[in-house]
Amino acid sequence: MSSPVFTQVAELGRRSIMRTLRQPAQVVPTITFPLFLLAINAGGLDATTNLPGFPTNSYLTFALAVPFIQSGIFAVNNGGADLARDIETGFLDRLALTPMSGVALVAGQLAGVIALGFINAIVYLLVGLAAGASLAAGLSGAFVLLALATLITFAFGCIGVYAAFKFGNGEAVQGLFPVLFVFLFLSSMALPRPLIEQDWFRTIATYNPVSYLIEGIRSLFIDGFDAEALALAFGSALVIAGIFLALAVTNLRTRLVRT
Amino acid sequence: MSHEHPASIEVEGLVKQFKKGPRAVDGIDLRVEPGEIYGFLGPNGAGKSTTVLMLTTLLPPDKGAARVAGFDVGREGARVRENIGAALQEAALDPFLTGREHMRLQTALHGLPKAERRKRGDSLIERVGLSDAADRRVGGYSGGMKRRLDLALALVHGPRVLFLDEPTTGLDIQSRTALWEEVGRLARDEGVTVFLTTQYLEEADALANRVGIIDHGRLVAEGTPGALKAEIGDPSVEAVPADPKRRDDVARVLQQFGAGECPHAIDESIAVRLKGGDSSLADVVRALDREGIEVAHLQLHAPSLDDVFLAKTGRTLEGSGEGEEDDAVLEEPRQPTASGAAAA
Repeated sequence: MSSPVFTQVAELGRRSIMRTLRQPAQVVPTITFPLFLLAINAGGLDATTNLPGFPTNSYLTFALAVPFIQSGIFAVNNGGADLARDIETGFLDRLALTPMSGVALVAGQLAGVIALGFINAIVYLLVGLAAGASLAAGLSGAFVLLALATLITFAFGCIGVYAAFKFGNGEAVQGLFPVLFVFLFLSSMALPRPLIEQDWFRTIATYNPVSYLIEGIRSLFIDGFDAEALALAFGSALVIAGIFLALAVTNLRTRLVRT
Repeated sequence: MSHEHPASIEVEGLVKQFKKGPRAVDGIDLRVEPGEIYGFLGPNGAGKSTTVLMLTTLLPPDKGAARVAGFDVGREGARVRENIGAALQEAALDPFLTGREHMRLQTALHGLPKAERRKRGDSLIERVGLSDAADRRVGGYSGGMKRRLDLALALVHGPRVLFLDEPTTGLDIQSRTALWEEVGRLARDEGVTVFLTTQYLEEADALANRVGIIDHGRLVAEGTPGALKAEIGDPSVEAVPADPKRRDDVARVLQQFGAGECPHAIDESIAVRLKGGDSSLADVVRALDREGIEVAHLQLHAPSLDDVFLAKTGRTLEGSGEGEEDDAVLEEPRQPTASGAAAA
């Protein structure tokens, strides 16, 4: 007997969502930490909007893109650590003894982080708007924003799943967390790229895909629908997801050995 | 091997070697009949879990052949998995899910029709005595409850062969006995073949129809517990003198009755294997009395599986695995081999 793949994905996804939402330590920081940083930055860096060429007079609106990326970085930790725990505890072996497909495992595993990323995106958006940020793209832009934020969470979640399959332990997955924060800080997180004075910093930010993820979200808040920014953001997220999904599936072959 | 009927488990020359270290499994041959409970007994690191992983298709063998439920573990892995259930070392459960949610996931992944999933899950939960705890998260379960749920999950699809890897390790006597009863019932009433690894002598003794003793990856003895113990032959007598200063005197007396070996000391007691069997005990008592030695404790021990292990390996089972690593498979990632292991 073998269940259809969509049943497997649905059941594994259900498990992933329940497990995620039942761990306050996974849920609460992903909501509060980015909003806390947003409040500090919006309060302390508001004078930055006086710089010539700064695209908006509200630093809150400018910085509101950052929590969506931070949520993605948390997705690496949460999705990867849960899967690593499954490997460490032997739960993956239990699943391997069923007719479960590898595709269902990966897809189901990501359901929890995607669900949490979606919830987080709604919270950030509502809190940001309530605090005075504006969304130039309007209501339809909000849907695009949620879609992009969810895709970004999915892309980062793939990094976590890859790391879990590769290293097989939670500590190694958690070790990626600070590394990804370095990527965030070396992006156009705090300033538009043209306004970054240091050449080396601007160069790194230009090559850093995180910049394009942020700029895509930011464009919806500040410019409305900027096709180029959105294409780069969606494209960057898809490339990250594609690369790490492929790596995850490759490493799955080692972890989920069945004759 | 030539047999009239197919075995549930048939293994010939099974070998597994990891990159670092000796062969974890070194040419095992065994055959387990349908409905039999086979106890695979050995210390930590002997190769028990590695063998189970190979037989459950989770680890490709390097050499040899194995058929489980009539299917080749190397070439027909999916068919093997359809016919087996397994509760591997450590109850692999999700602490954030309830017992009933585990059942739901397992029944769905095994492809049970939607209408049957709940019914099957509930009946198994009831069978292992977890109805009252079914809607509680597994993180709050005791070790015994986790093991019982583990067993229920392994039975979801009605397997013909059940692999239990040290199912009672760390459990209290009550939980252990309850699990033994359920395993015994499965074999007796439902004809399920059970392959049980254990490092507990009493577990193998109480449950298994036949026992295979594994040490350093090799099967060193195999037979019914009774037959293995009969091979050892004589029982032993153990005496504790009332006056500890008279231990040497007790040893001297017991030596007269020993089967060619010197009496050995165990804590405060002196023990020797009786060359005359049970009937020599009265002679021992009379001899001690003649010497005026007062004994605080005198006990006759029938041969145990530990004696069998001692006779076959020169070591006692209890403690012989201490300091050794667990089966190497637990220490390094499993690698597929070129012989056809594949991801799902």
